[in-house]
Amino acid sequence: MPDDFAPASHVRLGSNSGQPQTRLDGLAKITGQATYAADNAPEGMLWAVYAGAPAGRGRVASLDTGAALAHPGVVHVITPQNRAELQQDPDARAHVFAWKIDILQSETIRYAGAPVALVLAETLEAATEGARLLAPEVEPLPVRIGFDDGEPFEAATVGIGANPATSVGDLEAGFAAAERITEVEIETPPQYHNAMEPHAIVAQWQDGRLVIDTPNQAIVMSRPLFAEYFGIAPEDVHIRSPYLGGGFGSKAILNGPQILACLAARETGRPVKLVLSRAQMYGPVGHRGATRQTLRLGTDAEGRLTALAHHSVSATSSFDDFLEPAANASLNTYASPAISASHSGSRWDIGTPGPMRAPGEATGSAALECAMDEAAEAAGLDPLEFRLRNYAETDPATGRAFSSKALRECYRLGAERFGWAGRPMAPGQMRDAKGRLLGWGMGTSLFPAPMSQALARATLRADGSALVETAAADMGQGAWTALAQIAADGLGLDLAQVEFRSGDSELPDGGVAGGSGHTATAGSALFSAGQDAVAQLVRLAVEDPASPLHGAGNQAVRAQGGRLMLEGDPSRSESYAAVLARAGLETLAGNGRGARSPEAAGAHAMFSHGAVFAEVAVDPDLFQIRVTRLVGAFAAGRIINPRLAESQLFGGMVWGLGFALQEEAVHDRRSGRLVNGDLAGYHVPVNADLASIEALTVPEEDPFVNALGVKGVGELGITGTVGAIANAVWHATGRRARRFPVMIEDLL
Amino acid sequence: MTFSITLTVNGTPHHLALDDMRVTLLDLLRDRLGLTGTKKGCDRGQCGACTVLVNGQRLNACLALAVQQDGAEIVTIEGLAPADGLHPVQAAFLEHDAFQCGYCTPGQIMSAAGLIAEGEDGADIERIREGMSGNICRCGAYRGISLAVAEAARKAKTEAGA
Ligand code: FES
Ligand code: FES
Repeated sequence: MPDDFAPASHVRLGSNSGQPQTRLDGLAKITGQATYAADNAPEGMLWAVYAGAPAGRGRVASLDTGAALAHPGVVHVITPQNRAELQQDPDARAHVFAWKIDILQSETIRYAGAPVALVLAETLEAATEGARLLAPEVEPLPVRIGFDDGEPFEAATVGIGANPATSVGDLEAGFAAAERITEVEIETPPQYHNAMEPHAIVAQWQDGRLVIDTPNQAIVMSRPLFAEYFGIAPEDVHIRSPYLGGGFGSKAILNGPQILACLAARETGRPVKLVLSRAQMYGPVGHRGATRQTLRLGTDAEGRLTALAHHSVSATSSFDDFLEPAANASLNTYASPAISASHSGSRWDIGTPGPMRAPGEATGSAALECAMDEAAEAAGLDPLEFRLRNYAETDPATGRAFSSKALRECYRLGAERFGWAGRPMAPGQMRDAKGRLLGWGMGTSLFPAPMSQALARATLRADGSALVETAAADMGQGAWTALAQIAADGLGLDLAQVEFRSGDSELPDGGVAGGSGHTATAGSALFSAGQDAVAQLVRLAVEDPASPLHGAGNQAVRAQGGRLMLEGDPSRSESYAAVLARAGLETLAGNGRGARSPEAAGAHAMFSHGAVFAEVAVDPDLFQIRVTRLVGAFAAGRIINPRLAESQLFGGMVWGLGFALQEEAVHDRRSGRLVNGDLAGYHVPVNADLASIEALTVPEEDPFVNALGVKGVGELGITGTVGAIANAVWHATGRRARRFPVMIEDLL
Repeated sequence: MTFSITLTVNGTPHHLALDDMRVTLLDLLRDRLGLTGTKKGCDRGQCGACTVLVNGQRLNACLALAVQQDGAEIVTIEGLAPADGLHPVQAAFLEHDAFQCGYCTPGQIMSAAGLIAEGEDGADIERIREGMSGNICRCGAYRGISLAVAEAARKAKTEAGA
């Protein structure tokens, strides 16, 4: 019996997958019963609040720890002076998901808001006041923020370990052959995840084990990251993360405040709760780094690309290296005989950026789609027609066939639904009933379909029900529901017969909720675990003379609705419970693994695709921009739960709107502090910002991505949408976006 | 120094001796009464995650001090549903998938319940969008939220008329 069982080829799923099941965790969420990390309050708990650096660069000269300690309720203050030794260097990058973090290792300030001291108190009120009383005095140094002041450097990698420069074909020859060349420069600002749930941790030490409640997108994988700091075994870290109040990439990376809370719990011998304030969410927990992108598009007389060069200067911190891999968006989207994607870095005195919903794809496709729109205009072609002329039949970067690509159908369906036909070519031609300028724009969505690695266990029980287990992370995408549907199908059971345990590091490793690959990966593990259990059950039945299935070949037996039956003769059947009872088994467990083999990964290019169409209305006097319609059509392999997938696509499109028109972190270039580090100053979309939104899905069968045929929908929607909105603004006003967000002043 | 206050939360009277007048209504509910369904997203009145009903009115609980609530009738997400089921807004949220991560959801639902009680009849979706715009949903579940609120509002109107 292999203990990790992975399905070999495209499988037929049962009756649970594909159903628009409402969320299984929904009742808990709508009644206030779902427990997020900060809702935990163990006996004897202390509150921790940290004071942040009031300047972007320099040194903390003094802290008034006396004042803090004198405040009633304050128990302890940790500063670089008295902070206990840790077993891991916070400036080592011990793991691909371990950034350099600030945990009071010195008085040096690397960015505004970095922790400079931690206050522990009996109440939140006392800890908050204690942190304020510390009143750090700093010796500031001039800050370097912005592309003009940042320190340029050559990138060794971009994103998570990707090559900083890739090229295919002969770029020079391509540009020489071009009839015309379109050049575009576009800037995207620092953006912050701003999950509604602030980062939070409740840490306690129990008999040498570290027990943590914290929202986490990579539950089992994070254990060693914590363990290394405290010199304990990964198995001695227990992470509980049943619900994440949004993550968007920021809760996959270990952050400094988490380690500080664990340390404080060890030092005080009491459980410690640390919840970031909203303002503290702008610093130590990542963001989307700013980019300054340059694109050159060569086109021939028919409007076909002859060369495409995309360069991004991506901003990062002064001390770490995550660079937004923006230019790579140009490697897989449109056909061109020559493509180059390259990056360089710019060091700023800010917190280190990290992955944020569609890292690289969001920023890169925003710029690419704007550039494509300009090139279409230059070629005198309708933007959709221009994209169709440059349709990539094979992956431009590798020449590989796509595992599946229903993008043409997305274009057709989306355009039809939107009513794209008849769009005037020139800008400024349409008005609505209120006299507002109307514009229509479009963009292509593209996101890779990666898989990580996951394990799962499925246990049939004597009563015919089953327990399935994997440490998956539900940050809102619907893992509690979609994964249970897949698991039920793997077991040949109805959803109601399956108990699903998840979100806890004591369970089999559910992989990472990231890269939009969680359903594919954890789902594959769960499905194969179920199949493994059923295969064992079938063996028991066919070898048992008392079974109506005795003597049947393993292949001839089907599992459905909790029964085994002979293919073609349903009269020969029996329940799971009967097989187990005769075998004298209380339980029967199967194991499964989800991963993609290197051979499968190398054989095809694997992406989800889509097309987004936007309508904006612009006030002709005030230039206020309102998105009046968004229509997206997406192809992302098999959709396990259409209700939840639609929500994910909406979410991405709403993020696209925020990117296009609202989101921007602004730094004071003297102090380095954020001037809009809260939800009043940093604008994210609210309900009234969007009038109408539709997300259509195009059926797509993909036998290559994984046996389930599942790609991913979590990040797809933001790509395409940003460009579509910016291009619609141009179509309304004749003004091209040169930076995001597009603001009123850009249209004057 | 302690402050004695009496308030009713979800029908249960609480006589409290508050030892700290800095405690907000939100932190009182969450940390001292164990009602953690009400969420903190910003602690600044900027997100709506902490919305509760105080004497029938929507209120950002992070902006109110607990000591000011002497005599108040408070309803939180834990107390919204009737004993035998769900409040119509809750049911509509489930059906319309009006949430993803669920963190803003208690605030959205309380805000919607307040909006409907204030007489919004669900006929004008734009007014619902405006009325719900004090509640940020970073997951972007706005379409489902608007549809859910409109449906619950229509139901409330029909029932009131019946
Ligand atoms: S927590 Fe009260 S409005 Fe955000
Ligand atoms: S459901 Fe996640 S913030 Fe609204």
